[in-house]
Amino acid sequence: MELTLFNAIVAVCIAIGFAALNAAYLVWAERRGAGRIQRRPGPNINGPLGLLQPPMDGIKLMAKQLIIPGGADKALFIAAPVLAMAPAIVSFVTLPFSDTIVAHNLNIGVLAIFAFASLGGISLLFAGWSSRNKYAVMSSVRAVSQAIAYEIPMLVTVITVVLIAGTMNLMDIVEAQKGGIWNWYFFPFKSGLLNPLMSMSFLIFFICSLAETNRAPFDLGEAESELVAGFHTEYGSMGFGLFFMGEYANIVIGACLTTILFLGGWDCPFGLYPGVWWFILKIYMIIATIIWIRWTFPRTTIYGLLNLSWKILIPLSLFNLLLTAGLLKVF
Amino acid sequence: MVAYFSEIFSGLWSLIVGLSVTFREFFSPTVTVQYPYERLEMTERYRGHIQLIGDEEGKPKCIVCMMCQRACPSDCISLSGKKEEGQKKKSLNSYMLDFTKCSLCGSCVESCNFDALEFSKEYNLASTRREDFTIDLLKRLEEQNT
Repeated sequence: MELTLFNAIVAVCIAIGFAALNAAYLVWAERRGAGRIQRRPGPNINGPLGLLQPPMDGIKLMAKQLIIPGGADKALFIAAPVLAMAPAIVSFVTLPFSDTIVAHNLNIGVLAIFAFASLGGISLLFAGWSSRNKYAVMSSVRAVSQAIAYEIPMLVTVITVVLIAGTMNLMDIVEAQKGGIWNWYFFPFKSGLLNPLMSMSFLIFFICSLAETNRAPFDLGEAESELVAGFHTEYGSMGFGLFFMGEYANIVIGACLTTILFLGGWDCPFGLYPGVWWFILKIYMIIATIIWIRWTFPRTTIYGLLNLSWKILIPLSLFNLLLTAGLLKVF
Repeated sequence: MVAYFSEIFSGLWSLIVGLSVTFREFFSPTVTVQYPYERLEMTERYRGHIQLIGDEEGKPKCIVCMMCQRACPSDCISLSGKKEEGQKKKSLNSYMLDFTKCSLCGSCVESCNFDALEFSKEYNLASTRREDFTIDLLKRLEEQNT
């Protein structure tokens, strides 16, 4: 599709709509899921099955006053939530949902998305630093060390996938996995390249995407029990709302990337009707798993988090990168 | 080296065990009682404030012997009765319970020789007005009969 101004505006509107709707209803799904896991019904008063809860929460947040604490760095304080949300929306532009549904197919799609994703850490740093609150500063320090620690294994894993596919174009990566479940990069017995460690790479990527989106069990950035609410302690109203939406939009992006890089994108496991529905099914299954994980595991400590990354994830992902490169050279 | 990998695998296994626990809980029925819409049946021995027991016709079984009033350590109970014309026994015409002072000790229920008093199962008693806790038990019995 040709890139015109009209196309771009439509794409951005759809991206914002998709991100906002997902953010609203993932909160609902999260609360319902948490309820079920804890043997209670979750929100069920507003509307059938509590489905009107997200719009009500949204209206409440929008109606509240945005308070900027005295002594805060005003410009950064206001910029931080926008910076949290904007890259999440921009990333949707290059994400292909099927072979026809893509706003703009970039040749360096993988690179672009990870470049935007790294802005997320900066927004947390801004938020913590500018709100002049010791808990917020503490939490942003943690969040940045976490982002650095987990971006390395994540990118090394992505490089492995890029090596196998031979391209950074997200659509071509999906094309390379076409033709049923045994061709997906998640499985070790891909035809032509027998790499037994690809399942491990998938696991590493999944763990890193949890950590990158600051989700439990890696939610040290907003450890409620120790740091009040972490970096968004001083945020109310839609400032908080934007952080929240950004977090959920990032979860969707993480799920999309996992699907594209490892689970064959819109390819059907048995070759039936490939299309956008398979993609949607896969991302929501991953999101359900993410919610399931959040309500199962307790939060790790900061030492546990850094040990996991530097001692386990980085060595293993580097080893698999070398192994893949070697296998590609030999075969 | 072996310890390193065995730690990773035992860690992963414990995570899978944890996930399986929450997976099972997810599909088991909820146990919450949705309070304002659903209520639990109070247990047999629950002690709410006292109430009068009626006979088959719905009249109070009380014969105005005043034992409960005398037994009450906090002076919560005040009752009165009078003899209707053509009847041998006194009949109850007012039974007021001042629940602000009651400690639910149960001396009144114990002292009643005619099985005319019992603990109710009432527990929704929050109010902002003192008068709400002066309870007319005779009226309550009439309401229960209808």
